[in-house]
Amino acid sequence: MQTITIETQHVPVRVITGGAGAPLLYLHGAGGVTAEDPLLQRLARHHTVYAPLLPGYGDSAECAELRDMLDITLHYWDVVEALGLKDPVIAGHSMGGMIAAEMAAIAPHDVTRLALIAPAGLWLDDHPIADIFAMLPFEMPALLFHDPAAGAAAMTAGLNIDDPKFLQTYLVANARQLGMAGRILFPIPDRGLAQRLYRIRAKTVLVWGDSDRLVPPVYARAFQKGIAGASLVSIPEAGHMVVAEKPEAVAAAIEALG
Amino acid sequence: MKFTWFNLMPWPYLPDDFREKNRSVWVDIDQRLFDPAKSHAVYNTYMDLLEYAGTLGFDGIGVNEHHQNGYGIMPSPNIIAAGLARGKSDAAIVVLGNSIALYNPPIRVAEEFAMLDCISGGRLVAGFPVGTSMDTNYCYGQIPSLTREKYQEAHDLIIKAWTTRDPFAFNGRYNKLRHVNIWPRPIQQPHPPVHIPGGGSVETYDFCIDNTYSYSYLSFSGYIRAKALMQGYWDRVAERGTPDTSPYRAGFAQTICVAETDEEAERLYAPHVSYFYNRCLHVHPGFADAPGYRTIKTIQTGALSQYAPPRGGYANLTWKELTEQGHVIAGSPETVRQRMEELIRSLHVGNIFCLMHVGDMPADKCMYSTRLFAEKVMPKLRGIFPEHASDDRFWCKPLETRVMPDSLPPSPARAPESVGA
Repeated sequence: MQTITIETQHVPVRVITGGAGAPLLYLHGAGGVTAEDPLLQRLARHHTVYAPLLPGYGDSAECAELRDMLDITLHYWDVVEALGLKDPVIAGHSMGGMIAAEMAAIAPHDVTRLALIAPAGLWLDDHPIADIFAMLPFEMPALLFHDPAAGAAAMTAGLNIDDPKFLQTYLVANARQLGMAGRILFPIPDRGLAQRLYRIRAKTVLVWGDSDRLVPPVYARAFQKGIAGASLVSIPEAGHMVVAEKPEAVAAAIEALG
Repeated sequence: MKFTWFNLMPWPYLPDDFREKNRSVWVDIDQRLFDPAKSHAVYNTYMDLLEYAGTLGFDGIGVNEHHQNGYGIMPSPNIIAAGLARGKSDAAIVVLGNSIALYNPPIRVAEEFAMLDCISGGRLVAGFPVGTSMDTNYCYGQIPSLTREKYQEAHDLIIKAWTTRDPFAFNGRYNKLRHVNIWPRPIQQPHPPVHIPGGGSVETYDFCIDNTYSYSYLSFSGYIRAKALMQGYWDRVAERGTPDTSPYRAGFAQTICVAETDEEAERLYAPHVSYFYNRCLHVHPGFADAPGYRTIKTIQTGALSQYAPPRGGYANLTWKELTEQGHVIAGSPETVRQRMEELIRSLHVGNIFCLMHVGDMPADKCMYSTRLFAEKVMPKLRGIFPEHASDDRFWCKPLETRVMPDSLPPSPARAPESVGA
């Protein structure tokens, strides 16, 4: 895996890329993604993977011009254009799944295969999604992982939280990343996708961890209701971070799209 | 010096075990702790206290805006200010302020502030805070990383609405208005003085410097901890080549309690100070600072949120620590005078927002403390900056002749004779 920079209309974009095979565009969730990500590694076996970072994530430049869902959806189409991709498989996790669904809804003839992994984007009053923006770091693992202890260990590996310098770096990264994610997800992760889902023509698979406590599996049914013919792959012993907990099973579900 | 008597309007009936049983005084505070029938007396007492302060020679009486907040029952400060604007006092009505990014469209603020200025006879001092993250993001749902852009646009629209005499179109990003033409408009020209509450961001320093607005630091942690932040502001004022360093370019909020002696101050006020610092400031840290609310530049300067508690939290602070570390200035008139003088000189501030109603303090204690401050402390602090005494850029300019609330003629017994028309 390597990280390249491509130019787009509004901002240079950092893209993690590698592997061989048909192109696959992977859109990360609010936590971001790195070149070491187990799912990207696994997908690269059969695909040329492109994982663009949302502006502000990792070492990528921020972009003040991307304010709302339409800006961001079109920005990702600019990324596809800049990478020169034709009909890539589009897969997205959580916030990235929401963006992927928007891309497929706005340009239904340009997406034939779509994988939405625990996507955000819908809101059910009877199943409110927790406010991740009001949570403290130590509260996150229980929400995100099937196995919170293992999740907590993975989230804090190599971090020295008593070091003030680390703390400032952490606060800056958090402000850059979640600041941008907030334009998509804050305060409620619903930007009207429900009334656009019907436009999606892609063969669509929904992938969900059975113990997802952030976007509970009941949301899978809501997506299925909106997208004609969408199939569901439920993965046991996996939470919202199914991409980290069960990368093999997630990759298999994506590859089954053909 | 300008002294404004300020009331945050805390809810005085938070239970003893509030900290233990509740995660936050703000945003998701338990509704059941508010008693509307009891609030009738609370509101009226608080407004009476503000008016009382207005009779004692304070330069201003002040209110502010908070939402879903156990220590501030003023989601609309303008409603309280309207009540105060009718009073007979000469004190400025200091609304510090309206969180302008929350008003849709923000010309509502231009209109209401104009009404307050007209009703009060030009006594309005207008505050435009960005609003805390709790209020703006968590209660009112504004997207954190767009809040400042929206705030900026709201500011530009309000000032333009105040200063433009013909209808104009405003094609903003967040506000599309074809016919802006506010009616009424403020008495004060070109517009009422503006104070900007800030928490240490360089952008806000520059905003104040560029527009000749007064920068206020509304902290609850006192003047000693505020030194670095205010120095940052004054350094910026110097760096930008600002023509003067008038202390009225800055304001500071300070909790103050006065008694006859230091011992009496502790005996009278310690429980109420403890109520404020232990219960009222019990804010869930997850609400203090939504990611994207503060700019990267501000985080990099190391300025913490003003709602970040001291290490170990306020709960562990004793009266002695709270007073010695300057969170609270309390004691005899002479003790308070000394500490206030130290505050005013060390921070170089001309506007003091006196937080004199503290926590669940009852009216009689509050009046006692307020009167002692007004009579025995304030006069001795008045002349601290004689070279800036004529600087009136940051204060209101009332009409020379104002009507009073009882200005109606005697009740007419028969049809009045019409004159003119």
